[in-house]
Amino acid sequence: MADASTNALSGPQGPKPRKMLSRRNIFLYGTLFVITVYYALPLYVMIVTSLKGMPEIRLGNVFSPPVEVTFQPWVKAWSEACTGLTCNGLSTGFWNSVQITIPSVILSIMIASVNGYALANWKFKGADIFFTILIFGAFIPYQVMLYPIVIILREIGLYGSLGGLVLVHTIFGMPILTLLFRNYFTSLPEELFKAARVDGAGFWGIYFRIMVPMSLPIFTVAMILQVTGIWNDFLFGVVYTGPETYPMTVSLNNIVNSTQGVKEYNVNMAATLLTGLVPLLIYFVSGRLFVRGIAAGAVKG
Amino acid sequence: MNTMNNSVEIKNLDLQFGAVKVLQDLNLDIGKGEFLVLLGSSGCGKSTLLNCIAGLLDVTAGQIHINDTNVTWTEPSERGIGMVFQSYALYPQMTVEGNLSFGLKNAKLPKAEIAKRVKHASEILQIEPLLKRKPAALSGGQRQRVAIGRALVRDVDVFLFDEPLSNLDAKLRADLRVEIKRLHQRLENTMIYVTHDQIEAMTLADRIAIMRGGQIMQLGSPDDIYGRPVNKYVAGFIGSPSMNFFDGAIKGGAFTTGDLTIPLTGYDFASGGAVDGPATLGIRPEHVVTGELVDNAPVKVDVGVELIEPTGSDKLIDCQVAGRHFRVRMDGQADVAVGQKLRIGFDPGRASLFDAATEERL
Amino acid sequence: MATERPNQLFRNKSSKIAAIPMIVTALFVFVGGTIWTVVYSFTKSGLLPRLNWVGLDQYERLWATRKWLVAIENLVIYGICMLVLVFVIGFILAALIDQKIRFENTVRTIILYPYALSFVVTGLVWQWILNPEFGVESIVRAWGWESFSFDPLYNADIAIYGVLIAGLWQGSGLVMVLMLAGLRGIDQEVWKAARVDGIPTWKTYIFIVIPMMRPVFITTLVLVVTGIVKLYDLIVAQTGGGPGISTEVPAKYVYDMMFQANNLGQGFAASTMMLVTVALIVIPWAILEFGGSKNRG
Repeated sequence: MADASTNALSGPQGPKPRKMLSRRNIFLYGTLFVITVYYALPLYVMIVTSLKGMPEIRLGNVFSPPVEVTFQPWVKAWSEACTGLTCNGLSTGFWNSVQITIPSVILSIMIASVNGYALANWKFKGADIFFTILIFGAFIPYQVMLYPIVIILREIGLYGSLGGLVLVHTIFGMPILTLLFRNYFTSLPEELFKAARVDGAGFWGIYFRIMVPMSLPIFTVAMILQVTGIWNDFLFGVVYTGPETYPMTVSLNNIVNSTQGVKEYNVNMAATLLTGLVPLLIYFVSGRLFVRGIAAGAVKG
Repeated sequence: MNTMNNSVEIKNLDLQFGAVKVLQDLNLDIGKGEFLVLLGSSGCGKSTLLNCIAGLLDVTAGQIHINDTNVTWTEPSERGIGMVFQSYALYPQMTVEGNLSFGLKNAKLPKAEIAKRVKHASEILQIEPLLKRKPAALSGGQRQRVAIGRALVRDVDVFLFDEPLSNLDAKLRADLRVEIKRLHQRLENTMIYVTHDQIEAMTLADRIAIMRGGQIMQLGSPDDIYGRPVNKYVAGFIGSPSMNFFDGAIKGGAFTTGDLTIPLTGYDFASGGAVDGPATLGIRPEHVVTGELVDNAPVKVDVGVELIEPTGSDKLIDCQVAGRHFRVRMDGQADVAVGQKLRIGFDPGRASLFDAATEERL
Repeated sequence: MATERPNQLFRNKSSKIAAIPMIVTALFVFVGGTIWTVVYSFTKSGLLPRLNWVGLDQYERLWATRKWLVAIENLVIYGICMLVLVFVIGFILAALIDQKIRFENTVRTIILYPYALSFVVTGLVWQWILNPEFGVESIVRAWGWESFSFDPLYNADIAIYGVLIAGLWQGSGLVMVLMLAGLRGIDQEVWKAARVDGIPTWKTYIFIVIPMMRPVFITTLVLVVTGIVKLYDLIVAQTGGGPGISTEVPAKYVYDMMFQANNLGQGFAASTMMLVTVALIVIPWAILEFGGSKNRG
């Protein structure tokens, strides 16, 4: 029944002809191009401004590319820029942020992962009530809890120290991270957990030997989420630390928005870019995992 | 050519995704009012072909004609087709009535006409009491009925079904299968039906097209495909439990495998006569006889029962013939026990012979 | 769970121990802290919290303070504009990206990167771009439109819209990502069915796809709204609340009262008002999402 394929076909055949420059494509790619440029522009502005000298900035506008590239603003932003009376640049803030971020991330992920594991696999009576409160806590405006935490930190002697801020970040990272881990552990096949129990493994045995090795992607997601979140925090930094212990975002704001002296826009932009560098690096390197992290916030329990 | 009697014609169809050839030089004519089933395992291109016919996929080369019109470049909605999907694909936020009428409203049909068609379709499918409900409040079977209704109201000549029953449980599947067959008898329009379930294919089809690797292996009536499979793949694919195969050779009008020699008198060779050479013999488990019937069978073998699988209506017996694993279907009431000696027989006239190298029917 | 067994308290002991940080946080910090703040909002606390009751005095004063009223007004303007625009932009972007475009990853990466940046960074960049001397205004004027005026950071009347531009730039990527995930979750066969039915793409979006994405919309709404109420860093970095008090917001009012003006009572009352606002949004959502019938397919 198969016609010999030499039978020449007449009329339309093969793929429907499409113009590369159809109106739809021009509209689609044109819109996307404009939007992409719009979103990319501020990053471009930051970079070009930070590479210009002040005289050049005064002559041109924010978008003009640098004629003479100078790294002086970066050096100044890092080590000399002034906030009020002290002129140590952003370096102090950077190291403070490092000292805050690393222990906070480790501590919060440790606590939240064990918590999520307990909620997913070892449910006890009342566990869900605490979990619900915890999730609601994520929606309470931080402002409501600011002062009570000041009192708590003062009582345990951590107010104004890096340690205090680490504790605060651990507390406020708990709802979203616990949710993240609980959902992930729940999604693992229950048979795995049951098999391990039949084999005689206990709470910690299963956690360390089965759950953790199987969950490296979610640990990475949690890490990305926490590093960017904690690095970018401003409110807790400004409330719970002092001038010596300010994280980078607070130092940055103080440098740029300090009223003394002449505004050095190039130094300001270099400082801004420096502060944004850590999360940007994480973002560009991690790609899809970053998206998964923020989408995790939207996944309902 | 008999173009006037064909509802759907597919000519030299190719489809490629990048470097992957999904459909290759495919030709298929489907008659008016015919029920054609595209059958094959997953990845054989059957759903892809259906999507091409619907216009949901752009073809790489070739043509598609529906009702004597070249529709290769035509939008799906203007091809004169209705389609039913595996996941039902109902619009979840609309009532059943909304689902049935949305396309018609969009085509700016007069209200009275829409109402008439919705009423007609819901009568045929017996979904009138459900018209005000939303899909979420329906059972799987009801949802699929609504999905069929959505194709029905379009008042078209060709219906396309893409594995419509695969999401249903076994009992519902059997019920809806019968309903679809009734629907076809009543409406008498062309239906193209994709499935991987051979029972569905055998029970519904006027003709079955067995597909593999983007090509049609065999196109024929269910009897044809069951009785005279064109190659070893089709023979093994159709029939459950599947065919018993013996590797051996034809020599002087008989087939020899191990210590067993089977005379081929009565076998209808596709190519005229027996040619000596290596071959494969296939015997369906249900074509093996036991008890008194063995006396009349041209071939008789003594076997030992190794395993029994009762299914209620039948008993499947596992044994060894000529050193090969062999299955026999017996009556459900048959009195057999493991270890027992059993005499079985079969008629080579009902067997299938394939060339060992090409696997084509001899 | 309810079966009678010996040692109920010690069953699942490790699990209970592991949950202690969660329980302490939930009870002492979240519940305890919230109650504490609400209670002290009825006191005359100044530099230090004190339990000298003044009834609703703090609230009366709060609602008579111009700075607070401006803050609320700003939050409403910013909130409504942000909500509408972030959803429109986010959804349109997601729909455009969902058209099987080339360079999808590049486009998505560029649109989302602002979300990785802190509000402080965002605020400072836009402060610079909107700078009337060197930024957008000066460029448009240099093109020949001499009378062009767009100086949201110096003009009190439109200052909040300058913040809005920055907020949209930072936040729309998030909505885009969530919407895109929602779109990708739609059964492809529904799109096919709509094509067979001859429904135009835009109608398919409005009448079929968007209604199907209701859960995504609601979750995104909750995320965006709670984000709006928390708006603080962006204001501090971009405008510092100025010019004058034209870009004050409630979160900043709370901070200023508690840590700058030594007026804790006002801070507590203002933060309680923020809590009430969020509760009015979150509680109905929670009831709808978790309390209602679970029969949605």
